[in-house]
Amino acid sequence: MHFIEWLRQPWPWYVAGPLIGLTVPALLVAGNKSFGISSSLRHICAACIPAKIPFFQYDWKKEAWNLFFVFGILLGGIIAGSLLANPDPVAVNPNLMQDLGKYGVNDYHGLVPPDLFNWPQLFTARGLILMVAGGFMVGFGTRYAGGCTSGHSIMGLSTLQWPSLVATCCFMAGGFIMSNLILPIILSL
Amino acid sequence: MPNPAFVQTDPINELNTDFEVRSLDTICINEMETKEPWTSNFKYLAIGILFGIVFVKAEIVSWFRIQEMFRLQSFHMYGVIGSAVVVGMISVFLIKKFKVKTIYGEEIHFHPRKFNKGQIYGGLLFGFGWALTGACPGPLFAQIGTGSTVVIITLLSAIAGTWVYGKFRDNLPH
Repeated sequence: MHFIEWLRQPWPWYVAGPLIGLTVPALLVAGNKSFGISSSLRHICAACIPAKIPFFQYDWKKEAWNLFFVFGILLGGIIAGSLLANPDPVAVNPNLMQDLGKYGVNDYHGLVPPDLFNWPQLFTARGLILMVAGGFMVGFGTRYAGGCTSGHSIMGLSTLQWPSLVATCCFMAGGFIMSNLILPIILSL
Repeated sequence: MPNPAFVQTDPINELNTDFEVRSLDTICINEMETKEPWTSNFKYLAIGILFGIVFVKAEIVSWFRIQEMFRLQSFHMYGVIGSAVVVGMISVFLIKKFKVKTIYGEEIHFHPRKFNKGQIYGGLLFGFGWALTGACPGPLFAQIGTGSTVVIITLLSAIAGTWVYGKFRDNLPH
């Protein structure tokens, strides 16, 4: 198999996980940077809409590296989504497919379900909750928790911080409650 | 004479008088003492590009994979997060043991985090959002990159959420 064809296939967890783990020492050695992504949202607020709020009054320019980092993630998404794109639909557990089928979600191309995440859906109750309310909770929740999956679950656990373990357990608990108990109601709207 | 019931001190403001980046947010920050030229930011851009490719190729940014994780229908996400943490832990252990320095020769700093109730309330809220959007902050950027343009709205909403937190943080329990 050609190298590029191999790259186009979905990568297994034992390739992706260690590569993500290596981001921790890479950023530390490159310039004493603690790995974390949700801070970029705070820096964007500080740069664009500080509004005299003390929480956004700091030297965000010193943190510009984080904005370059997330812009890199965007470019990485473009590269992986075009040059290295997997031509096949995402392989999904048959139980999940059966369950999602009940709500009219049948298209498994792309990383987000095209049946749920598209511009016309934005103007439905379901789409509004998924995209706008969901996004709000991601932004509000990560900052309230002081970090996200990268900052707490990867960087925090790597440095053996117990508050990060608490945060990670709460991330998971919230996800379990939403996916199993609340999401079915939202999807049937 | 003031009523003693109203003279109580605010524990959050007492503990966090600086409101610097460090405050309640001991992560994801720049610890460097050396002033880098702005062009050195391209180094972080490159790391970000590699990271974004891994995100997409391992389908970590996939809404379906996140649902499988929270329904215990796939080991994939647990394998990714678990092995990332193990590799991160080993790296940090080695950095500490061999006193590895940055490429500028600086000592690498680690700061302990303080517990506050925000990690519980905020953590649960983030979990809700994670399961709804299928994305944490990093994957939002990667999802937009793969061409799901509507995720720009999710990202803007996440920025709004961060701003609203900043506005009302003094009124929230920590």
